[in-house]
Amino acid sequence: MTELEQKGQGALVPSGWDYVPAPESREIVRIDERYGHFVGGEWLEPRETYTTIAPASEEPLAEVGQATPEEVQNAIATAREAFDNGWSALPGSERAKYLFRIARILQERSREFAVLESLNGGKPIKESRDVDLPLAAAHFFYYAGWADKLEYAFPNRRPKPVGVAGQIIPWNFPLLMLAWKIAPALACGNTVVLKPAETTPLTALLFCDVVRQAELPAGVVNIVTGDGRAGAAIVDGDVDKIAFTGSTEVGKAIQRQVAGTGKKLTLELGGKAANIVFDDCALDQAVEGIVNGIYFNQGHVCCAGSRLFVQESIHDDVVEKLKRRMKTLRVGDPLDKNTDVGAINSRAQLERIRELVAAGEEEGAEIYQPPCRLPEQGYWFAPTVFTNVAQSYRIAQEEIFGPVLSVLTFRTPAEAVEKANNTPYGLSAGIWTEKGSRILWMAERMRAGVVWANTFNRFDPASPFGGYKESGFGREGGRHGLEPYLEFQS
Amino acid sequence: MAQSPVLARGFELPLEPRLPRIGSVDAVALEARAESLAKRSIKKEAKLFALELAIRMTDLTTLEGADTPGKVHALATKAVRPDPSDESIPSCAALCVYPNLVPTAVARLRGTGVKVASVATAFPSGQSPLDGKVRETEEVVAMGADEVDMVIDRGAFLSGRYAKVYDEIVQVKRACGEAHLKVILEVAELGTYDNVRRASLLAMAAGADFVKTSTGKLSGAATLPVTLCMLEAIRDVYEETGRMVGMKPAGGIRQAKQAVQYLVQLYETLGAEWLTPDLYRIGASTLLNDVLMQIRKERTGRYQSPDYFTVD
Repeated sequence: MTELEQKGQGALVPSGWDYVPAPESREIVRIDERYGHFVGGEWLEPRETYTTIAPASEEPLAEVGQATPEEVQNAIATAREAFDNGWSALPGSERAKYLFRIARILQERSREFAVLESLNGGKPIKESRDVDLPLAAAHFFYYAGWADKLEYAFPNRRPKPVGVAGQIIPWNFPLLMLAWKIAPALACGNTVVLKPAETTPLTALLFCDVVRQAELPAGVVNIVTGDGRAGAAIVDGDVDKIAFTGSTEVGKAIQRQVAGTGKKLTLELGGKAANIVFDDCALDQAVEGIVNGIYFNQGHVCCAGSRLFVQESIHDDVVEKLKRRMKTLRVGDPLDKNTDVGAINSRAQLERIRELVAAGEEEGAEIYQPPCRLPEQGYWFAPTVFTNVAQSYRIAQEEIFGPVLSVLTFRTPAEAVEKANNTPYGLSAGIWTEKGSRILWMAERMRAGVVWANTFNRFDPASPFGGYKESGFGREGGRHGLEPYLEFQS
Repeated sequence: MAQSPVLARGFELPLEPRLPRIGSVDAVALEARAESLAKRSIKKEAKLFALELAIRMTDLTTLEGADTPGKVHALATKAVRPDPSDESIPSCAALCVYPNLVPTAVARLRGTGVKVASVATAFPSGQSPLDGKVRETEEVVAMGADEVDMVIDRGAFLSGRYAKVYDEIVQVKRACGEAHLKVILEVAELGTYDNVRRASLLAMAAGADFVKTSTGKLSGAATLPVTLCMLEAIRDVYEETGRMVGMKPAGGIRQAKQAVQYLVQLYETLGAEWLTPDLYRIGASTLLNDVLMQIRKERTGRYQSPDYFTVD
């Protein structure tokens, strides 16, 4: 397995150490051949279907429904009925019981969900196992705790549920985004119609099984699948609130569509986060943070640290260390427990990444990709870093949503702030320095919803998340995350 | 601190083209990285490769007041042939003993390829006058020790007398002559990863061939994060000077599974070039039998009773 080569004084030293494949078994999860829409606690036969695939192999996994406007309206009507007939009047402590139950079932079935998430979405199993699933369960636990304490969260404001929430979620963290949406909505006494992303419907459909197992009253959670047409039907429908996570382009369209309708709206959109590295940082840990910031989940992260600002005095050291570290990234089978970077989620996304990377090369940035063998089947893109990037390049301005990092430099903290804020987005930012006072000075000036210091891409249900500017509005997580799902009377 | 190399093996802390960077360590992120590397799933041939390598890297150690020539002779024999029933199992790298037992170890190990390592410099505390430390080093080398495991003076380090620590290492290194010098930092007493990094750089600048975590005499011995911290310092020295310094975690590594985790961390931090007993050692006494047991399990698919592995 390991090649031995002759070195120096005749000693044999290994030229490498091949980890043999360590795939997580697919046996644990059963995928049906065909799924309908989950409405009123029942599976409804869909009128139209499409095939969902595994992006790592392009293997077809199942036929799922493409919801028509009528099917969506039926789901919304069912949610309305469930809202009026009991759920909204249920004491908070009773709603909490259901949410706690869902959280526990998610924990119990976490391996099954993790395997399915990696299979349908392409993300490495170590991430779905160690990040997506624990956080999804944590969200249900957290909001279960608020369900009977809403009066204390908003004293003297008499919080009431909004009604039916229409929720549209993205493909980068399918189950986790479902948890972010459903947990606070239910805790506040709303019912929901949720549409998972077109390319990643399977964990949401498996979640319907959890809903049944938890004996949630029929119609409280309804799940319809399909592409943007189904999403548009939700936005158009008789819902009281829209919660959308996805691209800025679609977010703007939704905002135009709901203008004047009185529907409440929260949007969590794109980002082009600045990760700012000062010369007094803990260098090796900062490099880990840069890698985690951009290559985590193949860079399919709205808050990914895709613009790296390095203080000029340490630019060469950081880039050298970064390239060295990139060589150890293991790209491949998402189900292999040793995989660090998985498959790109879809062909369309791969094409967008390719287009922007080509633009970067054309504009004059210097590209580096570590040597790695990409599988022939499926959608793959090697971890990429661009140096010599100017602020005006497309790769420094547009969201790539892939494993592509642009390195820029700065000289002083004030310059770092100015350049970092010079973007239409404002979702997150990272600061790397050992100097506490500088962290506070920078954080005060960053126009971003989340600012991480000496870490990146760290989430907690108790911490509100959301954007400035074109990254959206409204907050999810924490006490703030309850507000969009409540009406107040004072 | 020294402005010029004191010894051929030493190096100058570079002032050009940039300021010397001791740097710092972020504890939370360091521990997170160590934890994530420890989750690698190493199976089958990859695991056998690691287990076999772990044996070749083991400094089989006995450091007790009760050590006798009989005990050292038995352990030396074990180091040469860890598994008498299996020809394919390699020898350990070295046997590590107290100075008085060096002659016994040398007598048994001459010509076997297994090195003799001796602790020295008022092990384990290092709280003695320098003359005695230098003399002790000269004596163990004269008795035939191939390697010297010295301790740094933590009292001097923690009170900020870095020059004293540096100077002692330089003198002991000189006393070593041809013998290899491993410098024990006793990380459990240093308190922070920043200190571990500083002490590692100090030891390497003074000419250490290896840096080593612990004496094994305290409860907080080698851990994955502290070893990673030292590997990163070694990597920085390599990138700055081209010099390859060895690493030896010691104390608390008792199971084959841990040894594999340490080797994964080594491989993914310093690369394949460091996967050799010339540059990495594991200081351990009880680890060996667990590794032997795991190798037999990997090959036969079954665990055998501990009674089938010799206790020495």
